[in-house]
Amino acid sequence: MSATTDLVPYDEAVDRYDPVLGIEVHVELGTVSKMFDGAPTEFGAPPNSQVTPVSLGLPGVLPSLNGKAVESAIRIGLALNCQIAELCRFARKNYFYPDIPKNFQTSQYDEPIAYDGWVEIELEDGTPVRIEIERAHMEEDAGKNTHVGGQAGRIHGAEYSLVDYNRAGIPLVEIVTKPITGTGARAPEVAAAYVRYLRDLFRALDVSEARMERGNVRADVNVSLRPSPDSPLGTRTETKNVNSFRSVERAVRYEVSRQAAVLDSGATVTQETRHWHEDTGITTPGRIKSDAEDYRYFPEPDLVPVAPSREWVAELHGTLPEVPAVRRKRLQGEWGFADAEMRDVVNAGAVDLIEATVAAGATPAAARKWWMGELARTAKTDGTDLEQLPITPEQIAELQGLVDSGRLNDKLARQVLAGVLAGEGSPEQVVAARGLEVVSDDGALVAAVDEALAAQPDIADKIRSGNLGPVGAIIGAVMKATRGQADAARVREIVLERVGQG
Amino acid sequence: MGDDLTRRSAADLAGLLAAGEVTSVELTQAHLDRIAAVDGAVHAYLHVSPDEALATARVVDARRTAGDELHPLAGVPIAVKDVVVTEGMPTTAGSKILEGWVPPYDATLVTRIKAAGMPILGKTNMDEFAMGSSTEHSAYGNTHNPWDLDRIPGGSGGGSAAAVGAFEAPLAIGTDTGGSIRQPAAVTGTVGVKPTYGSVSRYGLIALASSLDQAGPVTRTVLDAALLHEVIGGHDPRDATSLPEALPPLVAAARQGLTGDLSGVRVGVVTELSGDGYQPGVRASFEAALDVLRGAGAQISEVSCPHFGHALAAYYLILPSEASSNLAKFDGMRYGLRVLPQDGPATAERVMAATRGAGFGDEVKRRIILGTYALSAGYYDAYYGSAQKVRTLIQRDFAAAFEQVDVLVSPTAPTTAFKLGEKLDDPLAMYLNDVATIPANLAGVPGLSVPSGLSDDGLPVGFQVLAPARADDRLYRVGAALETLLEASWGAPLLSRAPELSGSTTEGSAR
Amino acid sequence: MSTISRDEVARLAGLARIDLTDAELTRLAGELDVIVESVARVQEVATDDVPATSHPIPLTNVFRADVAEEPLTVEQALSGAPDAEDGRFSVPQILGEEA
Repeated sequence: MSATTDLVPYDEAVDRYDPVLGIEVHVELGTVSKMFDGAPTEFGAPPNSQVTPVSLGLPGVLPSLNGKAVESAIRIGLALNCQIAELCRFARKNYFYPDIPKNFQTSQYDEPIAYDGWVEIELEDGTPVRIEIERAHMEEDAGKNTHVGGQAGRIHGAEYSLVDYNRAGIPLVEIVTKPITGTGARAPEVAAAYVRYLRDLFRALDVSEARMERGNVRADVNVSLRPSPDSPLGTRTETKNVNSFRSVERAVRYEVSRQAAVLDSGATVTQETRHWHEDTGITTPGRIKSDAEDYRYFPEPDLVPVAPSREWVAELHGTLPEVPAVRRKRLQGEWGFADAEMRDVVNAGAVDLIEATVAAGATPAAARKWWMGELARTAKTDGTDLEQLPITPEQIAELQGLVDSGRLNDKLARQVLAGVLAGEGSPEQVVAARGLEVVSDDGALVAAVDEALAAQPDIADKIRSGNLGPVGAIIGAVMKATRGQADAARVREIVLERVGQG
Repeated sequence: MGDDLTRRSAADLAGLLAAGEVTSVELTQAHLDRIAAVDGAVHAYLHVSPDEALATARVVDARRTAGDELHPLAGVPIAVKDVVVTEGMPTTAGSKILEGWVPPYDATLVTRIKAAGMPILGKTNMDEFAMGSSTEHSAYGNTHNPWDLDRIPGGSGGGSAAAVGAFEAPLAIGTDTGGSIRQPAAVTGTVGVKPTYGSVSRYGLIALASSLDQAGPVTRTVLDAALLHEVIGGHDPRDATSLPEALPPLVAAARQGLTGDLSGVRVGVVTELSGDGYQPGVRASFEAALDVLRGAGAQISEVSCPHFGHALAAYYLILPSEASSNLAKFDGMRYGLRVLPQDGPATAERVMAATRGAGFGDEVKRRIILGTYALSAGYYDAYYGSAQKVRTLIQRDFAAAFEQVDVLVSPTAPTTAFKLGEKLDDPLAMYLNDVATIPANLAGVPGLSVPSGLSDDGLPVGFQVLAPARADDRLYRVGAALETLLEASWGAPLLSRAPELSGSTTEGSAR
Repeated sequence: MSTISRDEVARLAGLARIDLTDAELTRLAGELDVIVESVARVQEVATDDVPATSHPIPLTNVFRADVAEEPLTVEQALSGAPDAEDGRFSVPQILGEEA
């Protein structure tokens, strides 16, 4: 179905049409218990081991609201410069699906806890963009279906599904933007930068681990096109569950190209939900539900209204962390990075990683060298984000410590890094397992040098006579003999000593 | 001996147990014997649990022998409506869709009953998911009124009322969404109390309409109801709508009422809950009871609640709307019945629809469809939204009335028990049974039904007392006073005039 | 006169995921018509100046501390399941009607 989709090259598309975005971001809060019951929220636990009768929606159960989740929602709202509702209620969103145990989702409908906010984000080149926030509301996550039989891993053709309700009831805050206009060709960049901004914010607020690869942060991206900025808004599509910054950018790009082709052909864009395919980089239409628009919302009678006192709201306002932009300026000063260097760090999503690496003992320059060098290349090759690499800031600091103490040279350090990334353990463990330490035992080196000199008597004579040109050949032989684990500068010193030139 | 024990009040039984004159095992066995003798005719129970009940009784007896401090009702057996979740004991809510479901947890009120050491005799019959006023909508057969086995025992809690009325249990638990405790009490000559909304935890009650449901006592005396209310009531953190404060002193209020003195108590007769539609025999019994109250020193006046005339309509929008959502979880995916479609692909969506089509009875389907309609796009404001406004108006009526009087009174139900099958094909006529009980649920205020005597057809009539929210104690004082004065005039409890149920029989009780 | 047609009942039954027979559809259309006509009375008094009441007793801010409790065992969780596999609930194919 997708192979035949017509696309207009992106640059042409944005030449002829003005893209408008709308982004809904769901963040899973990092509470120890669920939104409406005491079930634990440990990630990766065995299926259906993190459920109570409430999480399973058994007959007779009632929800009881997690106060910490409300607090987190208010803090998120405040950090987004939102108004906090004087009084708001939960509502039931009624629809049938096996992953929602009650066949309704407890959410907020016309009374969100936070509304009318804004944030100012920065694009890679430092251009500021203001995003207006419509609302932020609380709701619960769904369970997970695993499709079995038929084509593996695909909904279509599956013969049955297995459902795990561990995730059902995890608290979510959904943040909805107002239409984002005026981005022009930079719409994909803006979308990705906004999601990244929120991810950083959730971490700064300490309301969520905000790990994209675990689905802690999920974006639904609405895209529409119109002939010009003066035209009314066009028909939008909503691409669901786009779960990395890069994918957000690609999904917007794809939808702009696809919708432009639809409009060019004289057809109209269908308002629909679409699925993002990470592997092929395309979107495809979701299921068209006849009752999609009739969720029969009504106020949740089992939960009482939330009416945050103004004193509480003020108190929570006092707990807000630095605004990310201000924090970046501060860190840049502390680290002594140039503007361009800092921008690269920010754009690579490496601010937190470098901060943690420095906190673990590395110098800012060394931390930047690793994250923006070898690791950035690895992430790019793997098509992933830096933070998703299987290595921690502490491990980087440890690795740099080994270099600083002379136990590793640069070449060996890169090999150790590869070992850590390959899951072989900590840098120390990799050094031990692979035997990668710099040979610093002079006795062993002297023996290796003497052996090399004896093997190449002509060269030895030349050096003895003061012609230092061929020293490299002896060093090379020694390095080869020690499998690269010698410090080349020290080898050179020993060669000269042994031939009486030292 | 058995019959003697089963006819005593729970308060009396508690006294006998405390005095060591009877053991809980004897008491429990006496009720199990009575169930074995008469439940074939009455069919009050869906499930009887002799082993569990006797095990609890033995533990309580041992603890009493050991000198442990026990709850006053420890050892007194109880029946529980099947809408209440009981760990390890089948719970169906009277529906095929939950046939065979054994819950892995207890309702809070069951936890409290168990903590008090009260043996649970079994689970009582009810209209499916508590939708009905006659228990004829049970998927497991009718319950029969002990006064006349051809008549309905009321509903939805006909099983609990009949169990208590037929001496198959001294106490029972009911739930009341629009009258399901009070109306069965009225038509079986027993006592039923719907507490203030939030007085008893709803955790573990299979929800019908969340903003209306409330569990409460089903007993033969007002004092017993107060005793049981104090066991099951009080704050529960698992129910967000549970009242945070402690219960008012209910047993003390009942004992005060038993003195028969109501001097200075202002009693308001609700104008709108009388007149046309109420049987003459019901009206006569009600008027006679008012005279008794007057004689006890109460000041009787008439109070108008002008919006009560719209209560039934509001109720039959709010209830189906909430029920349509509450009952969505019964879909054959996680528990209960799963039915495959007769043809075509067995997708989750189609299996859900087939399961719900086969597992729900007519009345449940009717109300789910009605509720789905009332909530659906374009109709919400006209139906559900308007009903919520009527709810406000009814609350205002109550607030104004309670500025003038301490309690409001009315007949509990407009008629005595009607014949089985009589109203089954006329939903609206069936709904009218609840016309006097529904306003309390809409406003969240407490209500009690106590027998006021027999109608001219020889069947029991219920007298309803309503009090302001959180003032449940007033129900018990006024109810106990009326009860003691009436019984004094009759010379015996009303139930002593019910026909003997023979152990043999009968037609009926489809299983 | 008729406000709820047979087609409307069929639509609602779809929304509510209940298979109804032809006979049920016909009967329910008639019954619901009468009921809806009766309950529509609420509109007579539900004027704009009357606020709606969603909860009978007004409470606010009822929160639970963020503390994890002992969950069910997997066995308990699955104890009522019509079908289960590998610690999970087994359910029929989802969205298969598109396959």
